[in-house]
Amino acid sequence: MDLTILILQGIIVAATPLVFAAIGELVVERAGVLNLGIEGMMILGAIAGFAVTYDTGSFLAGVIAAAFAGAIAALLFGVLTQVLMANQVATGLALTIFGLGIAALWGQAYSGASTDALDAIHIYLLSDIPIIGPLLFSHDPLVYLSIILVVGVSWFLNKTRAGLILRAVGDNHDAAHAIGYSVVGVRMMALIFGGMCAGIGGAYLSLVQTPLWVENMTAGRGWIALAIVVFAAWRPGWALLGAYLFGGVTVIQLHIQGFGVDIDAQLLSMLPYIVTIVVLVVISRDKIRAKLNAPACLGKPFFGSS
Amino acid sequence: MIEHTLLHISGITKRFPGVLANDRVGFSIAPGEIHALVGENGAGKSTLVKIIYGVMHPDAGEMHFGGAPYAPARPSEARAHGVGMVFQHFSLFESLSVAENVALGMNKEAVGENLDQQIIEVSESYGLPLDPTRLIGSLSVGERQRVEIVRCLLQNPRLLIMDEPTSVLTPQEVEILFKTLRQLSSEGCSILYISHKLDEIRVLCDRATVLRGGKVVGECDPTRETARSIAEMMIGGALELPEPQKPDLGEERLTVTGLSKESDDPFGVNLDKISFAVRAGEILGVAGVAGNGQVELMEVLIGEVLSDNDTIKIDGMAVGHTNPTQRRERGMCSVPEERLGHGAVPDMSLWENTILSARSHKGMENNGILDLGVAQGFGREIVDEFDVKAAGIASVASSLSGGNLQKFIVGREILQTPTILIILQPTWGVDAAAAADIHRSLQDLAKGGAAILVISQDLDELMLISTNFAVISEGKLSDPLPTGSISIEEIGLLMGGVHSSAGKEVA
Repeated sequence: MDLTILILQGIIVAATPLVFAAIGELVVERAGVLNLGIEGMMILGAIAGFAVTYDTGSFLAGVIAAAFAGAIAALLFGVLTQVLMANQVATGLALTIFGLGIAALWGQAYSGASTDALDAIHIYLLSDIPIIGPLLFSHDPLVYLSIILVVGVSWFLNKTRAGLILRAVGDNHDAAHAIGYSVVGVRMMALIFGGMCAGIGGAYLSLVQTPLWVENMTAGRGWIALAIVVFAAWRPGWALLGAYLFGGVTVIQLHIQGFGVDIDAQLLSMLPYIVTIVVLVVISRDKIRAKLNAPACLGKPFFGSS
Repeated sequence: MIEHTLLHISGITKRFPGVLANDRVGFSIAPGEIHALVGENGAGKSTLVKIIYGVMHPDAGEMHFGGAPYAPARPSEARAHGVGMVFQHFSLFESLSVAENVALGMNKEAVGENLDQQIIEVSESYGLPLDPTRLIGSLSVGERQRVEIVRCLLQNPRLLIMDEPTSVLTPQEVEILFKTLRQLSSEGCSILYISHKLDEIRVLCDRATVLRGGKVVGECDPTRETARSIAEMMIGGALELPEPQKPDLGEERLTVTGLSKESDDPFGVNLDKISFAVRAGEILGVAGVAGNGQVELMEVLIGEVLSDNDTIKIDGMAVGHTNPTQRRERGMCSVPEERLGHGAVPDMSLWENTILSARSHKGMENNGILDLGVAQGFGREIVDEFDVKAAGIASVASSLSGGNLQKFIVGREILQTPTILIILQPTWGVDAAAAADIHRSLQDLAKGGAAILVISQDLDELMLISTNFAVISEGKLSDPLPTGSISIEEIGLLMGGVHSSAGKEVA
């Protein structure tokens, strides 16, 4: 029983960074922008969060720094692609490479250092309930924040006027402009939100999951987050599910390795990626549904006239 | 004077790089007046209404609305004043519902608690019923226009601007629209009406302002003019209209039998057992309301989408499995509906765009190496022959106005002297004089022995140039009939989906 709870808690820890990164990118893509630089924004968040927490001793300062670092990177992406009309795909790739490089440089001084892990919040009484208590009510604040974000984004997109405008911009930016909405403004705000989420997701790796700084510690999670957004057909609830699916397979395969099952460790390590890709292919098999859900202006440049 | 004027504009000037779009334009609209704005492509109509609606800002000049100075910085300010606009290319969002689209086009303060109920009430009181929960993507073009109009009506407009509202409607839908507009006008709402269809303006409008080259060149009472006299005011010269032709038909060049195809697009139309033939010298016109399979039919015919091999034959050869280049080599040319991105590459120059479709016919390619001189020469030939207004053949396609780019694309295909030409919306957004030129060159091409398929929503155009005539509705094609054996009313019914058995009786 204890082992099951341990595994389930492990899954939550493995999934949370992906939840952050994916929900941020989901909002960005709903506004019609394809930001392939999540990996770069995550790693910048990871080093910024770690460095600030290490130097100041404050987790809160670290998390804020991580969000800030992600937002700065997203702002850079936004200025390049939305104002200077650079190609989104190329700029996103460049942002990833740039982020990994800067983070490695900045992290040189922190190599091998470690901090204390972020304390869990034990919710009064509820956390004492057997099984459910440790599973649902004894996590660090960022886990709760990630869930609140998913619910909040879902509410924002479907229930608010601002969310409607954001979806409209992603669906038909020329029409949105003609009616009088600021396409670039909406996209910039979406990008900054996405950058902050990716930054916090990265900080979760270096502050909670490990907690130490290792170069390239995001290990492709930014790309997985991108895949999750597509697999989720741009719906927040499904993105949460996708993140937990990937996190789940990651943790379970580790435990299978631990039990000494006679399968090559390399093959098991591949499992989360393979499962995610297979699920993605199966889900998006229906061409018509995929087209219906995808933001129609995704990745297209917007040239406004005034 | 002021109390008899709702909108008064004077001296409006707007300059774009290289073009003076509006040059000291001035006119006024009275309350309840239906005022037409007419002019050739590039005369500056769209720029002017965008200024009135606050999308663009004038370099000079002033406007008064209801007696007070009026200078909207953005569309929401124009809407707050009571100015509504129905766009030529609808400003709608396909994946959103009717109610969401309406809400987006209204100012925040104006969106009430019970929007769905309001939509139903307003749409029914003006004879334009709408279901607020449906997705735009699933609506017909006529219904989409209703959404735009209802969106404006919900804000109790004092001035409604309509840019080319009838180009996509069936004759019956046009009548409903006119009834709505007259009702609005009788309630005191003014309407600024832009259209290339001069007959409609004569029926509907109280006054007309004529623009040419960005300047006001005249004002008239359209009920006292003929379509021809208004057109001549627009172009500042005599108008030559094409004459109907009675050609001798030759061999079948394009034969289509039992063509069915499911669409990949969630909002697309499935083609359903389409059969027809086009003979040498024939112009077959296909009418239909947009979104009834026209684009899908075109894609299959020109090879962008493959079909069963035997369903399409060029000069007796089955070509259903061949790609667009192979079909071009057999003499088939085409003009798609979408100019930018389908008919031409927006960021490429005009002469580079000739290479895309004319490379083999015009001998631009030699062992895989392009002869750019030939391409440039061909570009110049098109610009001269079809009177394309552009800075030069090095201008990029996206810098041309819609009508001029259309002339270029049509010219590029016609000058390759194809044996089969498939052409969608040949004169969409093209002014009267240029449309007459395009129609004449299509007739000349047919006279030379080509088989031409014209797919258009403009019935007058089809009645004028086609030898035979069919209607596409929900992916089905009626049996082709000789033009003239069928009345506009019957065609309207066919377009609305009353199917081809009715057509047979007429034959």
